[in-house]
Amino acid sequence: MTDLLTPVLTANWGDERAWRLTNYEHQGGYQGLRAALQMEPADVVAAVKESGLRGRGGAGFPTGMKWSFIPQDNPKPKYLVVNADESEPGTCKDVPLMMASPHTLVEGVIISAFAIRANHAFIYVRGEVLHVVRRLQQAVREAYSAGYAGKNILGTGYDLEIIVHAGAGAYICGEETALLDSLEGRRGQPRLRPPFPAIAGLYASPTVINNVESIASVPSILTRGAAWFSSMGTEKSKGMTIYSLSGHVARPGQFEAPMGITLRQLLELAGGMRAGRELKFWTPGGSSTPILTPEHLDVPLDYEGVASVKSMLGTKALQCFDETTSVVRTVLRWTEFYKHESCGKCTPCREGTWWLVQILKRMEAGQGQPGDIEKLLDLCENILGRSFCALGDGATSPISSAITHFRGEFEAALHTPAWELFPYGASTTYVREPAGAPA
Amino acid sequence: MSVIEPQAGARAGHGGGDNASEELAGHGHLTTHFDEPSLDFSGPATQLSEQTLAELASIAARYPQQRSALLPMLHLVQSVEGRVTPAGIEACARILGLTAADVSGVATFYTMYKRRPVGQYHVGVCTTALCAIMGGDDVYARLQDHLGIGNDETTDDGLVTLEHLECNAACDFAPVMMVNWEFFDNTTPDRAVEVVDALRSGQEVTATRGARVCTWKEAERVLAGFPDGRADEGPTAVGPSLLGLGIARENGWRAPEGPPADEQPSPDAGGDR
Repeated sequence: MTDLLTPVLTANWGDERAWRLTNYEHQGGYQGLRAALQMEPADVVAAVKESGLRGRGGAGFPTGMKWSFIPQDNPKPKYLVVNADESEPGTCKDVPLMMASPHTLVEGVIISAFAIRANHAFIYVRGEVLHVVRRLQQAVREAYSAGYAGKNILGTGYDLEIIVHAGAGAYICGEETALLDSLEGRRGQPRLRPPFPAIAGLYASPTVINNVESIASVPSILTRGAAWFSSMGTEKSKGMTIYSLSGHVARPGQFEAPMGITLRQLLELAGGMRAGRELKFWTPGGSSTPILTPEHLDVPLDYEGVASVKSMLGTKALQCFDETTSVVRTVLRWTEFYKHESCGKCTPCREGTWWLVQILKRMEAGQGQPGDIEKLLDLCENILGRSFCALGDGATSPISSAITHFRGEFEAALHTPAWELFPYGASTTYVREPAGAPA
Repeated sequence: MSVIEPQAGARAGHGGGDNASEELAGHGHLTTHFDEPSLDFSGPATQLSEQTLAELASIAARYPQQRSALLPMLHLVQSVEGRVTPAGIEACARILGLTAADVSGVATFYTMYKRRPVGQYHVGVCTTALCAIMGGDDVYARLQDHLGIGNDETTDDGLVTLEHLECNAACDFAPVMMVNWEFFDNTTPDRAVEVVDALRSGQEVTATRGARVCTWKEAERVLAGFPDGRADEGPTAVGPSLLGLGIARENGWRAPEGPPADEQPSPDAGGDR
């Protein structure tokens, strides 16, 4: 029986200066790389495939399978790109990982690049997290100095250049093809697929793009084995992963657990909702995943479990809202986010998100018009599946799911402002001090 | 009526076209970004030195294809000019063999690139749903009131620029404020005011998870790929980041043991060679 929590990626976050190479090595760091370099690249791919690791950035695509799509007979260079553009509302796991233990990611980058025979790897990190950028830059420099990166890594003849690339503020660049355009020095707008990045990605060359947590999981698979990794989790969702609990909970934070833990279990560990309050609604994996309610507390938080209740595991960003919260207000604010972040390439998303915001704004003010709920749903239907990328789809998720679960609040929005139904002051939390923060 | 020809006396840049569309639409008071007096497209004398130009070229040399350097190059331009200036756009274009229009198209896509001068301290308040609801709206409103400025505006002393942000990936520390892209976690209206007052009075301020706050220009230089030696400042992780780990330790919970060393990696994966 596996324990309820299984810290692996987070295990050294409490250590003094865990971000330094010597401290990382002291905890067994770079043993995974040494093991990988003893293997054929194809065998590293096979090990990751066998582990059952699936993408931790939201889509859940099997990581090893993604790597195996790289055509090794293609004469062009191969590239590894790490998606460190963590921006999905609610998602806050990659940033603390890179801040606390950047070498976990860097080691994973080197192993993964070796596996797909890439000689260039990029870590595309959002620009709005300065200290994370600093720690990554330093970790990469340390890896070069120690002979883990650069020319002739550990005497094996394998060369790898690693570039830490800071973005400049655009949620859309977390979408993998938009990220590639951005990394090529262009506006970050998604590309039509196919061709998929594995065939024609960065510089029209075979490219693997993986989330930070996916890549950071690779060293542990190499040191402890694929069977070890797949001994955790559920039938089709293997391994440990980081769940991020936020919102009106007594103690928000990061929990690393085997795939399939439930929100009820996590909430118990977090001390429940804040005092005297009850859970009203939550997202399983960021704002782009349809919202759920207390009736879903026992849904296993794995890819299949969450899909079975018509949502998505996404990034495992569990945003919990209590009964003081107006659903209409929350949905408006998420929709404003998508409106702001729509890149403008596809008409349904670019125009639709503006219309959605206009309607939701008047609903928040209690000035909804008869037919507005139907209009919202109609707009959602005309955005969903009609754009190049998933941003438009994501914009519709909170709205359509909120109307499913809380239609009454949208009906009330025809006559009563949200701030009268749910006085906004009751939702704020100022009493909580930053636990553990240095004075 | 000519709606396409720039009007006589229109400012450089796109002003003419927008005045024309204003006339066309019949909105007497419609203004756009291009009409704002603070936007000076003629620009003061550029501060881009030979050394900066050399550094811009050195960024381009890091990448397999030079154009990939454009984002970090624009960060470097901001670190010197305090915003993306016409001279900066042209310098990037020259080095990368692009047109100024290509570079402008990129610079205007990303929110971190600013066309107006940014203050010494860029203060951002997250107002995406979760932070907004937990108090981000109040924090932002209080700062607007306290500083007497609106979104994307700078105090008269040139010290603080205020902006509301979209989610900054710290939701377990909500509500979140950023100063020059350093975290100020679990903020409140009072605490936010304390921080900006300290900044304006010249005191040294340290992030709740991060380093001593540098200037906005210095931060932009780090983002361009030129480290500032502050990576070792600040904690490994704090509070919410450590919650699950702490609970696991209290309960003696841990990941299963791996197989013995001689069985690694798993046999199907090829084994040692």
